[in-house]
Amino acid sequence: MMTTMPNIELARAATAGAAEKAATKIVARDVNVYYGDKHALHDVSIDIPEKAVTAFIGPSGCGKSTFLRCINRMNDTIPICRVSGRIEIDGRDIYDRSLDPVQLRARVGMVFQKPNPFPKSIYENVAYGPRIHGLTSSKAELDEIVIMSLKRAGLYEEVKDRLGAPGTGLSGGQQQRLCIARAIAVNPEVILMDEPCSALDPIATAKIEGLIDELRENYTIVIVTHSMQQAARVSQRTAFFHLGRLVEEGPTEQIFTAPQDKRTQDYITGRFG
Amino acid sequence: MTDHIVSSFDVELDTLRSKIAEMGGIAEKMLGDAIMALVRRDAALAQAVIAVDERLDALQHDVEERAVLTIAKRQPMAVDLREIISAIRIAGDIERIGDLAKNTAKRVVAISNELQPQKIVGGVQHMSDLVQAQLKDVLDAYAQKDTARALDVWQRDDRIDALYTSIFRELLTYMMEDPRNISFCTHLLFLAKNIERIGDHTTNIAETIHYLVTGKPVVAERPKSDESSFTTVPVSGQQ
Repeated sequence: MMTTMPNIELARAATAGAAEKAATKIVARDVNVYYGDKHALHDVSIDIPEKAVTAFIGPSGCGKSTFLRCINRMNDTIPICRVSGRIEIDGRDIYDRSLDPVQLRARVGMVFQKPNPFPKSIYENVAYGPRIHGLTSSKAELDEIVIMSLKRAGLYEEVKDRLGAPGTGLSGGQQQRLCIARAIAVNPEVILMDEPCSALDPIATAKIEGLIDELRENYTIVIVTHSMQQAARVSQRTAFFHLGRLVEEGPTEQIFTAPQDKRTQDYITGRFG
Repeated sequence: MTDHIVSSFDVELDTLRSKIAEMGGIAEKMLGDAIMALVRRDAALAQAVIAVDERLDALQHDVEERAVLTIAKRQPMAVDLREIISAIRIAGDIERIGDLAKNTAKRVVAISNELQPQKIVGGVQHMSDLVQAQLKDVLDAYAQKDTARALDVWQRDDRIDALYTSIFRELLTYMMEDPRNISFCTHLLFLAKNIERIGDHTTNIAETIHYLVTGKPVVAERPKSDESSFTTVPVSGQQ
């Protein structure tokens, strides 16, 4: 049973070494979120490593998506929402008054549960962001960005002959990859994903998971997922949220084989929902 | 521990545990009967032990199949995953214990018609008593998820190793004293080695129990005292 142990031990050592050396991209300290009087998130502090995938797991209503939306200040768009505490990206507080949230949302892209391509062509979906942010000075440069983003999102080969076709005409899985290409096109550093595969079939899900494995070489990724198995497959670190608190956080392999907290173990083994 | 939301998962895990317990009971009886057959020179009892081994093999396959199905269906995590992996490992160890008890019984059949120096058979019986106690303790430790008890078994095995070394030395001496002893002593040597190996398998089970409960392997070096690999007995007239 253990005949491949030497290779497993080498791979584990390499992963452990890499995780220890990885820099921190996002630092959160004592983050609290209120929706009106409802205290939705309590004292969340976490370090998120760069160029790695961090998964947020937990039962419905535990605050994981709320916390995800703090990282690109999407909660600003909710009038009754109030955020306190500190979130830094590369050492800079993203809630600082001098920071432009629109610029932040180019650096920190987001992919949502339900694919939401613009009602535009495939090309325009991807070109819109770079054009708006003034990232290119010629059509040729824009074409290059569109093609590169579609390639990086693993969609180019499937759509290269119909870039003028509507984005909404694609299948669910293709639409989601188009949304990923759209996020990549503005050259983000971080990609936030809120249950990106919930609406997709198993094959489309597998393609997105394969894509996440490739993307983490260049981007810091934070993914909220309901699927424990998905979190175990794609992430290097996992954070478990419950009733608005961060209960436990650590290397994915440790969280899913020997978690420290009983609540984490009960959740991941299906002893409570 | 709290029950799973899906109760059939608990049923599957309980079934795995009870199959392991059944295997353990069979292996314990096989070992006890094999030694009783040796002491009483009872070839019929030894043959009965040999026949039982098939049941143990079937149970091991059953445990493995159920474990694999549970992994495929439930995609278990944490303690559930460790429990299922442990069941596969422990079933393998118990099946080997059964094989070793069966081979012991085969040796008993081979020597049952020969004259047996009681002293040396007594030594083998004493070693077997210790091994039987170890097997019982480790199976209890598994049922109760008791790592302290498991580690105690793990520590004690070196006493069995030491006994085996002295039996080895004694058998060499017998063989050198009288060539007519060689056949009997050689069979007894293999028999004693089988029992010593059963002791080693109980320490494997102990290590698995530790992993199951704590999620960590036992990292210390196990105490070992089997020196038979480099034991010699001087021939009279030589240095």
